[in-house]
Amino acid sequence: MILHNLAQQLIYGLSVGATYALIALGYTMVYGTLRLINFAHGDVYMVGAVVGFYVASWVTRSGGAAWITLTVALLAAMAACAVLGYCIERFAYRPLRNRPRLVLLITAIGVSLLLENTFQLPAVFGATPRYYPQRMISSLLAPFGVLGLTRLDLLSLVLSLALVGFITWIILRTRTGLALRAVSFRFDTATLMGINTDRIISFTFVFGSALAAVAGVLNAIRYQVDPLMGIMWGLKAFIAAVLGGIGSITGALLGGLLLGMVETLLRGVFLPASYSGYADAAAFVILILILLIKPTGLLGQSTAQKV
Amino acid sequence: MTELSDRPSSRVLPAWAANFVIVLVIGTLWPVARLTASQLNPYVVQVILLIGINIVMATSLNLINGITGQFSLGHAGFAAVGAYVTGVLVNYLAAHDQLAGHEWLAMIVFLPLGGIIAAAMGLVVGIPTLRLTGDYLAIATLGFGEIIRIVITNTNRIGPLEVRGSQGLRVPVISNLFWTYLWVIICVVCVWRLVHSIKGKAFLAVREDEIAAAAMGVNTTFYKVLAFVIGAFFAGVGGGLQATGFFLIDPKGFGFMQSFLYVVMVVLGGSGSVTGVILAAIVLTWLPEQLRSLKSLHVEDLRMVTFSLLLIVMMLVRPEGLLGRRELWWTRRRLAAPSPAGNP
Amino acid sequence: MRNVLMTLLAAALFIAVGCKQQSSENSNEILIGEYGSLTGQTATFGQASHDGLELALEQLNNAGGLLGKKIRVITEDDASDATQAVNVVQKLVNSDGVVGVIGEVASKRSLAGGGICEQYHCPMLSPSSTNPDVTVENGKVKKYVFRICFIDTFQGSIDGKFASQQGWKNVAMMTNVDEDYSKGLAQSFKQEFSKSGKLAAEESYGGDTQDFKAQLSRIKQQSPEAVYVPGYYNEVGLILPQAKQVGLNVPFFGGDGWDSPLTLKLPDAQGDFYSDHYSPDDKSPESQEFVRLFQAKFHRTPDAMAVLGYDAMRVMADAIRRAGKADRDAITEALARTKDFPGASGKITIDKDHNAHKPIVILQLKNFDATLFKTFQPE
Repeated sequence: MILHNLAQQLIYGLSVGATYALIALGYTMVYGTLRLINFAHGDVYMVGAVVGFYVASWVTRSGGAAWITLTVALLAAMAACAVLGYCIERFAYRPLRNRPRLVLLITAIGVSLLLENTFQLPAVFGATPRYYPQRMISSLLAPFGVLGLTRLDLLSLVLSLALVGFITWIILRTRTGLALRAVSFRFDTATLMGINTDRIISFTFVFGSALAAVAGVLNAIRYQVDPLMGIMWGLKAFIAAVLGGIGSITGALLGGLLLGMVETLLRGVFLPASYSGYADAAAFVILILILLIKPTGLLGQSTAQKV
Repeated sequence: MTELSDRPSSRVLPAWAANFVIVLVIGTLWPVARLTASQLNPYVVQVILLIGINIVMATSLNLINGITGQFSLGHAGFAAVGAYVTGVLVNYLAAHDQLAGHEWLAMIVFLPLGGIIAAAMGLVVGIPTLRLTGDYLAIATLGFGEIIRIVITNTNRIGPLEVRGSQGLRVPVISNLFWTYLWVIICVVCVWRLVHSIKGKAFLAVREDEIAAAAMGVNTTFYKVLAFVIGAFFAGVGGGLQATGFFLIDPKGFGFMQSFLYVVMVVLGGSGSVTGVILAAIVLTWLPEQLRSLKSLHVEDLRMVTFSLLLIVMMLVRPEGLLGRRELWWTRRRLAAPSPAGNP
Repeated sequence: MRNVLMTLLAAALFIAVGCKQQSSENSNEILIGEYGSLTGQTATFGQASHDGLELALEQLNNAGGLLGKKIRVITEDDASDATQAVNVVQKLVNSDGVVGVIGEVASKRSLAGGGICEQYHCPMLSPSSTNPDVTVENGKVKKYVFRICFIDTFQGSIDGKFASQQGWKNVAMMTNVDEDYSKGLAQSFKQEFSKSGKLAAEESYGGDTQDFKAQLSRIKQQSPEAVYVPGYYNEVGLILPQAKQVGLNVPFFGGDGWDSPLTLKLPDAQGDFYSDHYSPDDKSPESQEFVRLFQAKFHRTPDAMAVLGYDAMRVMADAIRRAGKADRDAITEALARTKDFPGASGKITIDKDHNAHKPIVILQLKNFDATLFKTFQPE
C-alpha cells in the first residue's frame, strides 16, 4: 500500500514537474539571451489558460469532442501567447534594453501587474475562477491503469518531453539555434558578427510564451482558470529554471522535474499530514540552497567575475 | 563618482537646531494628531495612517536598496515578522484583559521588539547573501521573504500565544496617527542621520563600486549586513504599525507582491533620495485611494490597471524616479558644480 | 526650492480633498450597507445573497419603503478576501454613513467586518455565517453583530448524527485550515461523531490549494466509509473530481458551505450529501411565495444563500421599522428584540446570543439537483 502511494506520488510529481519545465523553458531562454528575469512570464501562462478556456468553451458548445477541443484550444492559446510575448518584448523591454537591469526588472513587474489586473476586469475574464468544459474534464481526467494516471498526465509528460526535445534540436542543429547560443554567450559580439539580435530575442519570447500557453491550458483543465493563477506557478517555475541552471535548456527540464517531484513527495509522502503546508516552502528553500552552493545551477557553467 | 565626493552638505540646519526642531515636532505631534483624527472622516484617517506606514516601509527599504545598492525583494517578510510579533503579544494582553490602559506599552515596547526580531531575520538574510549580487540577490531575498511568509502561514500557536497563521489574526486597533507618525519621524530621522554620516559614505561606497570600496578598506561585509539589519528593524516596526492599525493581518498581505510595491516606491522616488522615497510613498498610497473614488460603472479594477500602466510608462520615460539621487531641495546646479576645497 | 513649493502645494491639495466630510446624508433615503463576495473564490455566495437581498429591497420599496423614505442599499464587493472586507465595511460605516450593514456569508469575513462594526457602533446582520465566534467571542456577546441562521455547534452535531444514522463508523475528514468556518465545523462534527464512530483520517489543506491528491491518497489508505469535507464549494469542486482520480469512491458529505449552483452541476458530486439552511421544496407559504417571486425575477431556483439574503434584508427593515428612526443604536436594540419574524427560511427569533434557532436540512444531490433527504429541528 505504501509502495503504491509512493509510486502514485512519483507519477504526480513527474506530471507537475513537466508543467514546471514547460514554463521554466521560457524563463531560461529569456534570461540566457537578455539576462532579464521576465516576471511577466507567469502571467503569459495565465493568458494561455484563459484563451484556451474561451476557445474550448466555444468549440464544446458547437459540439466538439474532447480531443478536438483540446487540440484547437492548445493551438489557439499558443498562437495568442506567441503574439503576446512578442508584443511585450517589442513594446516594453526593447526600448529599455540599454538601461540598468533594475529598470527592466521593474518594467517586467509592471507588465505582470498589468496582465493580472486587466484579466481581472469583468469585461476580459473577471476575478472569479471558472472551469473548462465538463465534457473535456471528464474525458481527459478519467484515471486508467493501476496507478491512477490520467490521460492528461500522460499528455503533459509527452508534450513536455517532445517540446523540450524540439527546442533542443533547434538550439543544436539549426542556424537560429546557433545564433541564439551566440547571443546568450556574448550579446555585443553577436551583434558585431551580423546576427539580427532583435529577431533572435523575439524568437525566444515567442517560443517561450507558446510553451507557457501549453502549460497554462493543461493546468487549467486539471484545476481551474483564474487571473492570478500564474503568480505561484511562475515563481516556482523560475526557481526550477535556477535549479537546473538558468540559461540551460536541459537544465530547465531537469530542474522542473526535480522540483515537481520533491514538492509532491514532500507533501504526499514525507511530511506528516499537519505539516504538509510546509511543502510550499520547499521550492524557496531549494532556491536559497542552490544560490548559496552553486548559483549557476545544476547544469549551468560557472563564469568568473571580472573586476 | 561625482556624486560621492561632491554630494552637497546635507546640513540644512546646524545640529542643535535640527535636534530642537525634531523635539518640537514630536512635542506637537500628540495634539496635532488628535485634532486631525477628530476633524477628518475616519476613512481618510486610515489612509493617512497607511501613508505613514508606507513611508516607514519605503524608507527602510531605501536604506538597503537605494543607499547600499543591495537589491532586496523580500522586505515584506521582515514586516510580517514585526506585524505578527506585535499582533500576537497585543492579543495576549487583550485576552488576559490587560490591554486597556496599557496601549502605550504595546506601542513603545512591542513594536521595537517586533523590530528587533525582524532585525534578527535581517541578519539571517543578510549574511548568507553576502556573496550574491544583482538578480541573484534579488531572487534570494524573494525566497527568504516567501519562506518567512509560509512559516507564519503554517504556524497556529507558539506556546500560549495564538498566531492563527493562514486564518488571519484580528488585533485590537490601538494605533493612531500619533503613534504611527511618531515612529515615522523616528525612522526617517534615523535613516537620514545614518545616510549623512560617515557610515552613510560607506553605504554609498558599497553601492557605487563594491570592489573599489573593499580595496579602499571599507568593510563591505559589515555595511551590507548593517543595512539589512537596520532596514529590517524598521520594516518590523512598520509591520507592527500595520497590525495595530488595521484590525486584521493575514500572511497573504506580506508576500512578494507587497515587496514589489515597496520596491516600486523606492525606485519611483529615486533610489538613494530619502525625501524622494517619502514623496513616492505618499503618492503611491494616496493615488490608488483617489482613483478608487472615481467609481464610474464599477471600474475600480481600472485603478490597478492604471497603476500598472503608470509604472511601465514611468520606467520608459523617467526611470531614475521622481528625484533621482537628489534630496528634495537640491538643485541640479548644486550637483553639477564641483565643491571648493574644504568641503563643508 | 521649486520642488519644496510644489510639494507643499500638493500637500495642501491633498488635505483639502481629505477634509471633505462624509457625504451629507440624503434625508430622503435610508442607507443600508451590504458587503459580500461578488467576485473571487466564493463568488456565488455573494451573488446569491445579493440577489435575494435585491428581491426583498424591490418588494419593500414598492410597498412604500421604510418610515416614509426609500431604502437604498450600497453594495460593496470584498472579492472573497477578509482584508478587503475590513476595507469595504470601513468605507460603508464611516464614509457612506449607513445605518446598518448586511453581510457576510463566509464566517471569516463576518468576523473581520463584525470587528469594524463593533468598533464604530454600527449594527451588522449576517445572513448565513455559522461560526459561533461571529456573535460570541471569548464568552462575550458582541453588542452590534447579529445573525439569522443557526451556528456550527448545531450544524456539526447534526452532521455527526447524520453520519451515524447512515451507519458509517469509519469516516475521514478534510479541513480547510484557512477558514474559521471549516475549522469550527470540523471540531463540532468530530465531537459528535466520536460518540458513535471513529475518524479514520484527519487531513487539512490551505485555502489556495488546488491539488489535493496527496491528502486524498492518504485518506484512501485508511479505507474510510465516507469522507466529511466541511469546506466551501470551490474547494469541493476540486476535491471531488480528484478523489475519483485517486480512486477514492466513497460518499462525500459536508456543510452549508457546499451550497452553490456550481456544486449542483458537478458530476462527481451526484449522490453526495450536505447540510444546509433551506430547501426550495419547503412547503411553507412564505417559502413558496419567495421561490415563485425569485424564479420570476431571476429565472432560476433560489438556494439557501439567496433565501437568507432575502430574509436578512427583511429582518433589517423590520428592525428599522420597529426602531422608529434611522439611528444605529435604536436599530441595534430592535434587532436584538426580533421575535417570530416570518422568514422565507423559517421563523426567525434572535436569542440572547444574537443567533437564530432554525431547522437544518440534509440535501442530497440527484440529477444535478438538490433534493431534501432529511430535516432536523432545532434543539
